[in-house]
Amino acid sequence: MSRRQMVGYFEEESAVLHALRICRERGLETLDVVSPFPIHGLDEALGIRRTRLPWLTLAGGLAGLALGLAAQYWSSASDWPLDVGGKPFDSFPAFVPVAFELTILGAGLCTVFGLLGRIGLHPWRRVGPTRPRTSDDRIAIVLAQHDARVEPREMRQVMLECGAVEVVEEELP
Amino acid sequence: MVSSTPPLIAHDTRPRDVTRDVCSPLERKPKALWWLGLLVAGSALLLGVVCVAYQIRVGIGTWGLDRTVGWGFDITNFVFWVGIGHAGTLISAVLLLFRQKWRTSINRSAEAMTIFAVICAGLFPVIHMGRPWLAFWVFPYPNGRGPLWVNFRSALLWDVFAIGTYFTISLLFWYVGLIPDLATVRDRARGWRRKVYGWLSLGWTGTARSWSRYEVACALLAALATPLVVSVHSVVSSDFATSVIPGWHANVFPPYFVIGAVFSGFGMVLTLMLVARKVMGYERYITHSHILAMCKVLVFTGSIVGLAYATELFTAWYSGSAYEQFTFANRMRGPMGWAYGIMVGCNVVVPQLLWLSRVRHSVLAVFVISLLVNVGMWFERFVIIVGSLERDFLPSSWTSYVPTPVELGTLIGSFGLFFTLFLLFCRYLPMISMSEVKTVLAPEHGGAHSHGDHA
Repeated sequence: MSRRQMVGYFEEESAVLHALRICRERGLETLDVVSPFPIHGLDEALGIRRTRLPWLTLAGGLAGLALGLAAQYWSSASDWPLDVGGKPFDSFPAFVPVAFELTILGAGLCTVFGLLGRIGLHPWRRVGPTRPRTSDDRIAIVLAQHDARVEPREMRQVMLECGAVEVVEEELP
Repeated sequence: MVSSTPPLIAHDTRPRDVTRDVCSPLERKPKALWWLGLLVAGSALLLGVVCVAYQIRVGIGTWGLDRTVGWGFDITNFVFWVGIGHAGTLISAVLLLFRQKWRTSINRSAEAMTIFAVICAGLFPVIHMGRPWLAFWVFPYPNGRGPLWVNFRSALLWDVFAIGTYFTISLLFWYVGLIPDLATVRDRARGWRRKVYGWLSLGWTGTARSWSRYEVACALLAALATPLVVSVHSVVSSDFATSVIPGWHANVFPPYFVIGAVFSGFGMVLTLMLVARKVMGYERYITHSHILAMCKVLVFTGSIVGLAYATELFTAWYSGSAYEQFTFANRMRGPMGWAYGIMVGCNVVVPQLLWLSRVRHSVLAVFVISLLVNVGMWFERFVIIVGSLERDFLPSSWTSYVPTPVELGTLIGSFGLFFTLFLLFCRYLPMISMSEVKTVLAPEHGGAHSHGDHA
């Protein structure tokens, strides 16, 4: 299989959604869309599954809550019970603020690091030469190219008809 | 969206202009005005460093505190700075949940303001300890003293967790928001700058899947930050409300402190934004619609602050407690009455001027009002803290608190730290959230609201 793909550059968001629909109708396989801002409606068009990130957030929050309550109870009522103003050792109402903060902290840390982990972001990630202006004002549609002879012409035609300002054939290393 | 109301961003702005306008201050040499600002802020910071070093060496006897007034400038400044931070979270989180599009131009700098304000706030309890090298004692960690654990029933310890969580979550939320914009800066840069921004942007490329995950994560963080911001100043207010000092132990304190924090924070956002749009030439992005929206928030929260003051007075009168009634009579007509006057004047009376269209539309007037709000909210904390402590239960222990030059220098130093950090932020990081602003541009220029098939 040839390692080539066709990239169409657009400047209008609505043109992108239109182009994706046309591509699907023509049976062209869209690999990805690269954009400088989020575009709504892409998930359905590209068949991106709903993220399970909220479950990780929930898990992190519950872990924080459990840790907060357990640590406070254990240290205040079990490990070294200390009489403070005659209050009960297991004074749970007083444990609420710290438990709450740890819930938020656990949920937030899990959300951020879950996000970074799932989409593979880290400081040492190598980014090759990025597609021109896709972090500026252009939206790129990347189409898979299975047949080097027939498809390029059709792909180029479809994308130009849909309002692409530039269409480039990329060869992958 | 833009058909009936005036556009948020000047309507001829295109995504490419946004990138250029926001990135170019990072790419050229700073203006003389920036250097001047850094010189002033840096000098103030240096003064603060000298004062803090001196008081750490000599001890907090260098402050004007005594056995009656145990909290003075230090805790006033702490509460003031934590409050300033709250508007940043409100703008970035609460307004995101309410889908208020106007937040996009100011959320980045408001969040930066939050982080810098919390840094300033965090310094004060630490230096107030007197022996800041033992500050880690506030954390529960296995130690050789038993282990003896921290007292989880104390509001002061709740503060440690509230402020710590608030700082962490605010920093993460801000950084996650920065990632796509840092990638934009990276793509425009060459040489070592490309390398540095490449690390900072964590290899973001803006693929459809990453944007989809990214937006979910931002919504989750906003949903977490919203109750967090309410909890933080509620916990701060508990430092006072759980005590037995008349003027402090009031039920109204948590909501009163939270709304006051939002009010003071919006005052500071307005101050900073009005300067930034002038100095950085961002009139196109921080438009009159933004100023008007913030003015409305200021009038609304200022009025609630007024209601809280009235509630305090009513509760004092209705309680029938002689001490409570004396505290409030003393607060208004006692030796600190002038401070109470500044507080009510700046926080309740002055913002009401914003009802007038002429005032709202004058940038200078709004700027002056925002400064007065900052002053008024600092005095609110001063009145609550020092005003309530000065007149003790025993008239024989009554004193008058006078701040020493060291305390004044530390206050000035905290402003120096805040503005130094803010100026560095303006210079090295994109001050306006490009990826978000690009989604609220007018439809004919590729904004996200260009629904319909005209391709």
